[in-house]
Amino acid sequence: MAAAISAYENGIRDILVLERDQFLGGILNQCIHTGFGLEYFDEVLTGPEYADRFEKKIRGISGIEIRLRSFVVDLTENKVITYLMPGKIETVKARALIMATGCREKTREMVHIAGTRPAGIFSAGLAQKLINIEGLLPGKEIVIVGSGDIGLIMARRFILEGAKVKAVIEVQNESRGLLRNMIQCIEDFEVPIYFRHKVSKIIGRDRVEKVEIAELDGGPGGKIISKKVIECDTVLMSVGLIPENELIEMAGVRLDKNTNSPISDETNKTSIPGLFVCGNAFKVYDIVDTVSKDSVEAGRMAAKHLGIKDEG
Amino acid sequence: MKIHDVVIIGGGIIGTSIAREMSRYRIKIALMEKEEELAFGVSKSNSGIIHPGTQNDPSSLKGKLCVRGNAMVREISKELGIDLKEVGELIIAFSEEEKTRLLALKKDADILGVPGTSIVDNVWLKKNEPNLNEAAVAALYAPTAGIISPYRYVYDLAENAACNGVEINVDTEVLDIVRNSKKRDKYRFEIVTSKGTFRANYIINAAGLFADEIASMVGIEDIKISPRKGEEFILDKKKEHLTEHLLFPLPSKKSKGILVTRTSDGNPMIGPTAVDIDDKYDISTSDEGFEEVIRSAQRLMPSINEGDIISYFAGLRPACGDDFIIRYEDDLPGFINVAGIQSPGLTAAPAVAEMVLNILKTKGFRPMRKLFFHKHRKRTIHLFDVTFKETKRLIEKDSEYGDIVCRCEMVSAKEIRDAIKRGASTMDGIKFRTRAQAGRCHGSFCTCRLLEILKEETKKSATDITKRGPGSEIVKGVKGE
Repeated sequence: MAAAISAYENGIRDILVLERDQFLGGILNQCIHTGFGLEYFDEVLTGPEYADRFEKKIRGISGIEIRLRSFVVDLTENKVITYLMPGKIETVKARALIMATGCREKTREMVHIAGTRPAGIFSAGLAQKLINIEGLLPGKEIVIVGSGDIGLIMARRFILEGAKVKAVIEVQNESRGLLRNMIQCIEDFEVPIYFRHKVSKIIGRDRVEKVEIAELDGGPGGKIISKKVIECDTVLMSVGLIPENELIEMAGVRLDKNTNSPISDETNKTSIPGLFVCGNAFKVYDIVDTVSKDSVEAGRMAAKHLGIKDEG
Repeated sequence: MKIHDVVIIGGGIIGTSIAREMSRYRIKIALMEKEEELAFGVSKSNSGIIHPGTQNDPSSLKGKLCVRGNAMVREISKELGIDLKEVGELIIAFSEEEKTRLLALKKDADILGVPGTSIVDNVWLKKNEPNLNEAAVAALYAPTAGIISPYRYVYDLAENAACNGVEINVDTEVLDIVRNSKKRDKYRFEIVTSKGTFRANYIINAAGLFADEIASMVGIEDIKISPRKGEEFILDKKKEHLTEHLLFPLPSKKSKGILVTRTSDGNPMIGPTAVDIDDKYDISTSDEGFEEVIRSAQRLMPSINEGDIISYFAGLRPACGDDFIIRYEDDLPGFINVAGIQSPGLTAAPAVAEMVLNILKTKGFRPMRKLFFHKHRKRTIHLFDVTFKETKRLIEKDSEYGDIVCRCEMVSAKEIRDAIKRGASTMDGIKFRTRAQAGRCHGSFCTCRLLEILKEETKKSATDITKRGPGSEIVKGVKGE
């Protein structure tokens, strides 16, 4: 939304926004905690409030057409986009394209945790959606793997819903998340956090029953010093995010194999001229305010690419 | 109480193959599966390879039924509308000594009648398998090897069998079998299950890992199933063209070794390990298995690396001695054991079914053929394997084909609803049938939508929806309850 609004403000008049969900705002809708907007709006907002600011603005611009429940299935180097909607399949050609596809969470499989594959293993983001949007409680005794921000926020969220957070397991020497989340979600709620530990095994036949954790000498890659078992019914994975760039890869954009980000010298640009990537799809940011700022920049870049004179 | 002519115990590839084969006749057949859905036992972790018949003793049932099954599955896959990809296999030799063993394997294959095998040299290998370890000196090439989706194969067989009158009972565990000695009754057995008692004249024990426990219920004690665990690791689809053929090392006594293969959906797969264990429910993977598989796969294909792995699982082979046991129990008329069906059981399945029927026919079982046997089944629609033109036609016919639920594998709401209507009642059942949740996000993005659709279609509450049956509930509570 930030990129579309910026593209409009920079003089582009024929803008199409494709969103696969039935709402605008993406993951912000499930982030009902506060802390959004401090930099961008100089106010403390929740995720839905932050998204709503942009939605109100974009809905007021008639030059921007918004299509929800639109799922892009094909993208070519020439920026020809094929997308499905309930009831139809459409093809459009863009002169400039901005991808704001966000990111996804790393899975248990990506960090190779041994053991069984029972019910009760969730990404932190899925657990957040289940609780905040669906009103469902994924589990009652939780172990969180990794200390990314969503994991920390979900520790507090589970406690507020009456569940017990048995441990946060972090392989590094310190938290990966923001300091404010460490204080407000972990320390304030006295959640046990184990640094230099990894989950070495998930145990349970039908549903998670326990995890085995191992203390590593010096952190990641270190020798196992000791092992311990923690009983729980749920394992939450919060071990990092990956930019969601499979579509631009299909179009032939060169991606960094390790980060899944476009290989580029300049923020938002890709190896295909006129194809821009902004926000978490370009690189994973700590806070949404920076995402919005860089997306505004992407809108400006698209206008420049189309040869529209910078009005500012 | 209804009397069935035949009760088949076990809803895996063997049970459903037998069910479909027998549904050609005018008899009453019931199949029982103790799990929540079919194919949830041994079959779900099958690697999906249609073996040509190599690597088997020429005198074994395994060898004979594999070659016969390989020939039969071509027709069956067409009738059922399921993809069988013929890719061919290579058994690789890394030394002159190993090459001698290839010649012995070829000789066995020739005796069994495996079509078209040949020994290929390293020049051929370099040209046709460029990613193969350069140290390979020769290979035995068998063109009739193929790949199929093991669970979709089971579901399609069962669906076709049901369409021909077979009664399929899932979540139905056999608890006891009682012989009926009263001559005037028209049934020989009473089968006590978790869903009531069934009466039948013939029982076919195709209970996989639990075939010994079923046999034991009628006093047969010489069948002992030893679970042999295999860990498999799946690589990203981006590596689809890592190998053209299925690659095997030379076989050991216990297994065909660690392979580099491909699933029917295009993901390369490496494994399996082969470790004898005691627990029939232990399907955990291990760090040791991971190391072994990576190391062995890299010996075949050095460019494989850890980072390519996107998923992994373990399965149990129902091992029982060296060969299949397919045996009519003369001391127990009407009872037939089909046990120890491990690899190449998926390939052999249609031939096993044919053999079971032939054995029964020699034992006084004389069913009449139906006038109309519905041998064709309408192909299941998957958006991921149709053209955009076809997608457009589908969406215009039913708008829900345009409502994508699983973004990673491109599965629409219509496909999910169809899968549920065809028998999926769990999250794993949906995954096996449609591939929703089987992609790179592992269900993070589509779980909520799937729960909602399952709730709507099955009228269950959220807390009753499971991953694969009771005990594996996805969520623990609903707000406000």
